Amino acid sequence: MLPELFAGVILAALVLYALLGGADFGGGVWDLLARGPRAADQRRVIERAIAPVWEANHVWLILAVVMLFTAFPPAFSAIAIDLHVPLVLMLVGIVLRGSAFVFRQYGDGGRASTERWGRVFAIASTVTPVVIGVTVGAITTGARRASGVPPSTLDLSWLGGFELLVGLFTLALFAFLAAAYLTVEAQTPELRDDFRARAIGASLSAGALAGAAALAAGPATTRFADRLTGSWWSLPLAGLTTAVALGALALLFTRRFGLARVVAGSQVVLVLLGWGAAQYPVLVAPDLTIASAAAPAATLEVVWPVLIAGSVLLFPSLYWMLRVFKAGQR
Amino acid sequence: MSEVLYARAQMAYSLAFHIIFASVGIAMPLLMVIAEVLWLRTGDAEYLKLAKRWAKGTAVFFAVGAVSGTVLSFELGLLFPAFMEHAGPLVGLPFSLEGFAFFTEAIFLGIYLYGWDKVGRWVHVGAGLVVAASGALSAVFVTIVNAWMNAPTGFRVEDGKIVDIDPLRAMATPFALHEILHTLLAAYMATTLAGGAIHAWALLRARTSSFHRRALAISLAVTIPVSLAQPLVGHYAGQQIAVHQPMKLAALEGLEQTQPRAPLTVGPLEVPGLLSFMAFNDPDAVVKGLEEIPVQDRPHWIVRSSFQVMVGLGSLAAGYALFTLAVAVRRRRLPEGRLWLLTSIALGPAGVIAMEAGWVVTEVGRQPWTIYGVLRTADAATPVKDLWLPFAIFAAVYAVLGVVVGGVLVRQVRGTTDPPAEGG
Repeated sequence: MLPELFAGVILAALVLYALLGGADFGGGVWDLLARGPRAADQRRVIERAIAPVWEANHVWLILAVVMLFTAFPPAFSAIAIDLHVPLVLMLVGIVLRGSAFVFRQYGDGGRASTERWGRVFAIASTVTPVVIGVTVGAITTGARRASGVPPSTLDLSWLGGFELLVGLFTLALFAFLAAAYLTVEAQTPELRDDFRARAIGASLSAGALAGAAALAAGPATTRFADRLTGSWWSLPLAGLTTAVALGALALLFTRRFGLARVVAGSQVVLVLLGWGAAQYPVLVAPDLTIASAAAPAATLEVVWPVLIAGSVLLFPSLYWMLRVFKAGQR
Repeated sequence: MSEVLYARAQMAYSLAFHIIFASVGIAMPLLMVIAEVLWLRTGDAEYLKLAKRWAKGTAVFFAVGAVSGTVLSFELGLLFPAFMEHAGPLVGLPFSLEGFAFFTEAIFLGIYLYGWDKVGRWVHVGAGLVVAASGALSAVFVTIVNAWMNAPTGFRVEDGKIVDIDPLRAMATPFALHEILHTLLAAYMATTLAGGAIHAWALLRARTSSFHRRALAISLAVTIPVSLAQPLVGHYAGQQIAVHQPMKLAALEGLEQTQPRAPLTVGPLEVPGLLSFMAFNDPDAVVKGLEEIPVQDRPHWIVRSSFQVMVGLGSLAAGYALFTLAVAVRRRRLPEGRLWLLTSIALGPAGVIAMEAGWVVTEVGRQPWTIYGVLRTADAATPVKDLWLPFAIFAAVYAVLGVVVGGVLVRQVRGTTDPPAEGG
């Protein structure tokens, strides 16, 4: 039971990372794609939305990793060995995104330097979600692990068609979330409509990529695909996710941005829950499961109270931070 | 270079890089909160300007520290997966605690940096205090992990496997206390000596700048006590090492033969029995020499040189602190002579170098073990081949970041010196 709870905590941390950190990456995507007469204003809205919160949002990833190596050490070491290269790329992206963002903000370096770092921030924000998605896809298929070949940093067997589609889907999803949130944060009707159009476009792309990834899942990983499509919950979950996605689109069309933000978030939660449910009870395909990779009970029993106590401190602080910076807009 | 050496070297420079940013992230919030409290108490706008300047520096260092810390949390597995597989269940507890401390730090730093007009004044100070405290707490928990690697407790080894694990016992490793104190003091020393040097340099250019005089005074209020306490903590650390890692002590002192009344060698001077006394409070105690272990297991010579660099610079800093304190007490004001300012500037890098040297002592001195006496580094390293590639990638990224942060710092400082009386 305890190992399942820890797996649930990791999934919850990943969900929160997607909802909060994912949207920060998405903001960078729209910085890269800022166009038209309001490009500079778009960038300003994005910067203001991200600046106070991105570092706190980023910690969800660290929490997920710490929980993984604490509660499922063999799964962590398997991922670290087999997916060495995508993880390195992801880390480089994370480092460049964060550093470039503060250099742009606090660099005091004049316009050229601000623009240069803005560009680095935007490109890193766009590439990193793809790599994160590819990593998740590779954990799902376990192709690299199943191959049994001694890994090298020069080999590319972690990158298949399915993995790449999951990567692009992740990018579209993060961009969608960001645009949906930014419709609320933008202060003029024109800017709100800019982000509204972007959110709709990203939502449609995400839908198409989700379909493509689902089709590619069959050949890439039978086990995952079978559970995703053949479980008792498959149809209700797919129906609900589709309904929520369409609901978010409808709310964006009718400019009910406050509600659209919430529904867009729910859509992402459902996607990740679906992935988790189809993956269960496997952590790293093909062989590492929640039961087989779990740390000794002695560990889980002492860390569990820490998680509860930590949450009691964490969630009120987070709520306060979001209230200070995200309330009072609109 | 062998694959293991690439893994070790990448871990080494990643930590050496991160430790600087982490230290500044621990110490700077304390300085900025002191300045803000002084502003609220005195109403003197220069203290407010100072708090904001330091907050700006903190923002840059904290961000780079946060992302380079993320890299490290993954590198533990990317480079030493077998270590994490064995140690994860034991050190997961302090890492989890550190995760929450870091979370708190990030949240409240966001509020501090961007909440000047959004929360009440004393609430704002409170947020800053939480940042300073949770930053120090993060360091406490992470350092416990390192202490455990050096003096592992809380398990038994049976047929080569770690069994009967007890994570709370693991956290109570006998190295915890001295490593925590030594690391925290080093962070405050490194940051305030370097920061103080910057303000001393500005004062040298504009002797009358009350802005930089105040900055230097606040900085010294931290430098002096920590620099004076550090040698005492260092002595206690030595005694713990003498008991738990005798070969590290032997390497630090260059002691070949196991002997009673072991001498301490300082340059040409050799004081009989002093090493025995320093290590065990008894001039007749037996101190073990390097002859006890096979040649290939003996610590690298760099351990001893780094130790000497650390002790040397630490002593200089303590002397500087003592002199400054004496003058301050006698004259009721800080020294302001050119020579003293030049000394302050010269000692600027001393804290950082001493900290890095101390890190080398701890880490290279632990070799050939990752978990001391339990898991060898060669057995902990990843089976992934061609590690030169990530080694080169991260080396390049960190080199660029280091240069850029240096440039940012120069520009931020220049902003406070060039127009001597600007608004902020």
